[in-house]
Amino acid sequence: MLKQIEGSRAVAAAVALCRPEVICAYPISPQTHIVEALGEAVKAGGLPHCEFINVESEFAAMSVAIGASAAGARAYTATASQGLLFMAEAVYNASGLGLPIVMTVANRAIGAPINIWNDHTDAMSQRDCGWIQLFAETNQEALDLHIQAFRLGEELSLPVMVCMDGFILTHAYERVDLPTQAQVDAWLPPFEPRQVLDPAEPVSIGAMVGPEAFMEVRYLAHAKQMRALELIPGWAEEFRRAFGRDTGGLTHTYRTEDAEVIVVALGSVLGTIKDTVDAMREGGTKIGVLGITCFRPWPSAAVRAALAGARRVVVLEKSLAVGLGGIVSSSVRISYPGSPAAVHTVIAGLGGRAITREALARVFAEAFAGTLPPLTFLDLDRALVERALAREREQRRSGPIAENILRDLGTVASRAG
Amino acid sequence: MPFQSVKFYQTGTFTVGNRLLAPQERSVQSNMRRTNSLNSGHRACQGCGEALGARYAIDAAMDATGNRLIAANATGCLEVFSTPYPETSWQIPWIHSLFGNAAAVATGIAAALRVKGRSDTRVIAQGGDGGTTDIGFGCLSGMFERNDDVLYVCYDNEAYMNTGVQRSSATPPAARTATTAAVGPEPGNVFGQGKDLPRIAMAHGIPYVATATVAELRDLEAKVCRAMEIRGARYIHVFVPCPLGWGHASEDTIRISRLAKETGLFPVFEAEHGEVTSVSKIRRKLPVEDYLRPQRRYAHLFGTPPRTEVVARIQAIADRNVKRYGLVDE
Ligand SMILES: Cc1ncc(C[n+]2csc(CCOP(=O)(O)OP(=O)(O)O)c2C)c(N)n1
Ligand code: SF4
Ligand SMILES: [Mg+2]
Repeated sequence: MLKQIEGSRAVAAAVALCRPEVICAYPISPQTHIVEALGEAVKAGGLPHCEFINVESEFAAMSVAIGASAAGARAYTATASQGLLFMAEAVYNASGLGLPIVMTVANRAIGAPINIWNDHTDAMSQRDCGWIQLFAETNQEALDLHIQAFRLGEELSLPVMVCMDGFILTHAYERVDLPTQAQVDAWLPPFEPRQVLDPAEPVSIGAMVGPEAFMEVRYLAHAKQMRALELIPGWAEEFRRAFGRDTGGLTHTYRTEDAEVIVVALGSVLGTIKDTVDAMREGGTKIGVLGITCFRPWPSAAVRAALAGARRVVVLEKSLAVGLGGIVSSSVRISYPGSPAAVHTVIAGLGGRAITREALARVFAEAFAGTLPPLTFLDLDRALVERALAREREQRRSGPIAENILRDLGTVASRAG
Repeated sequence: MPFQSVKFYQTGTFTVGNRLLAPQERSVQSNMRRTNSLNSGHRACQGCGEALGARYAIDAAMDATGNRLIAANATGCLEVFSTPYPETSWQIPWIHSLFGNAAAVATGIAAALRVKGRSDTRVIAQGGDGGTTDIGFGCLSGMFERNDDVLYVCYDNEAYMNTGVQRSSATPPAARTATTAAVGPEPGNVFGQGKDLPRIAMAHGIPYVATATVAELRDLEAKVCRAMEIRGARYIHVFVPCPLGWGHASEDTIRISRLAKETGLFPVFEAEHGEVTSVSKIRRKLPVEDYLRPQRRYAHLFGTPPRTEVVARIQAIADRNVKRYGLVDE
């Protein structure tokens, strides 16, 4: 059914169609609308076999999900930013215990300075936590990925994080195609846990493991993710057959056939990138796009194949590995068959900074001209940064950085661009 | 103890058999068909109060629920000594997730059971004093506030034992731990405000709160049994000496527990919906010194010169408990 709804509502509807049994929620922008909608659905009696639990922290949210999942219930939660960090210990624990919890991360920056707007720092901070990490480009894809996530996670006994850009997707009203309950039921079988807490068959879960077997346990976690790499394309195909939409999978290519430069990115910014690429293509520029849907496990072979013909690669990232540069680009570099030096990192959109087509066209053109530096901060206000650096050089107690910068900037209404 | 008519101390020994009791008053532990939920072979130290307390509590809960019980365990000695991979002492479905989240994990289990229509299976969360009063306090308070159908059992050995006896917020004043060394002008732990968790639990207004010691098996079992008759959030705080951390002889675990109660330092009581409903009276009040002396963690109080003023302050704490709970019949 086609519906014009907010991204958060679309995701909530998709989650509800998956017949979750325990939902635990703690509010943080921009995740709030998702759990509000689910809470409302449960309270109104729309989800009769579901417990909605308002917990006291994200750490509790993930812990309640862990308990519920270990007792055989389909468990869901959602968070973002500081919330994801606050639950980090339990995030690792959920994957270590092999519990197929599904969690939406409404991607948002991490403070200090506190910032509620979108980037990917939160999800990237958990990239090695053992969860499958999927990134949605559109609200339709966010909706679809949730339905796939439950199937994927439960099949592999692994938790799945569905990442969608905060505000840009969560708060955008777009037309989405909402599947019917029958369609989802046909695609997603009831949760059949591999191990469950049950007095009829008592098991001990979460034992202490020493050096004699820890490596093996970790290897098996890795092997499971590698298995996911094999299975995900098939499931995407199955999903396409059942729902008629080409969502999910490992990666998506766009106009890469003869591309000399390929831009790699995750999430909603792919839309802006594709528009930019279309315009450049009209001018005869051979440029294409590689969208990463599945970031963990890292689809190395698919990335390698997609980038094989490219002379240069521009990785556009909404997160920064402070002291290094790019996070996604580090992975792309090992998968790119050409010289690692041909892979450029462009850090963009941190803390909600708008990523414009003009700015993208500029850096892409630089890539063609061979003048793009290895690491670029898109639309960085150089003068502002230089002033702060000068101040710090001159005066040891130069005051709080963020506040000083804002003062330099003068009174401006909070603006994205 | 209202549930037990026969006073065993009259016989001069606490180990007399159940022959003196009607069958329904006999302890679960004395039943040949007890479940041994925490089975032998685990790695606890000799005389570990926590191992005793957990076996008593969980066996009693198994008995009360017809063996339909699931436990969530916080990180700590109990977890570590009971489940060294690939072995487990647990005869019940059991999960260890993290140090600070046992209450929340239990909430999740209870929620799962409810949606699956299996509310006959009951849920226990358990942890040490550190996992309860410090790092797990947020999750515990949340579980209380929501009145989730979970019995939380805290095994209080008054320090972080598993990591080598560091101070927790349950460590009593003057006690020596690895992080409150018995050095300087005020050796041992400070005299702080304390963090009286049973009373904090009561302040949540939850249906049932009780304290117990491993010295009084029937009392502990009866409280677990009572807790299992009730739905909603329940809390039992069990006093469990740790021979290794406290520096007492391993055969003295029960004696020390009894002294904690008989001096008034550890009040044993029950409360429902925030009101105290029963207290275990002290039969013959003993000076705190009797309790402190056998423990090396207090040895610095009895050197030369002895720190009588510190002992007096500890005595004042005991006296205050006696007054507050009416522990001694006038
Ligand atoms: C988040 C976190 N912090 C610290 C630890 C280390 N740690 C493990 S057990 C433990 C002490 C447990 O003390 P308590 O809860 O009192 O239980 P006990 O061992 O005394 O029975 C500590 C500090 C941990 N496992 N996780
Ligand atoms: S250190 Fe203490 S609590 Fe831990 S096993 Fe030994 S006696 Fe028990
Ligand atoms: Mg302890």
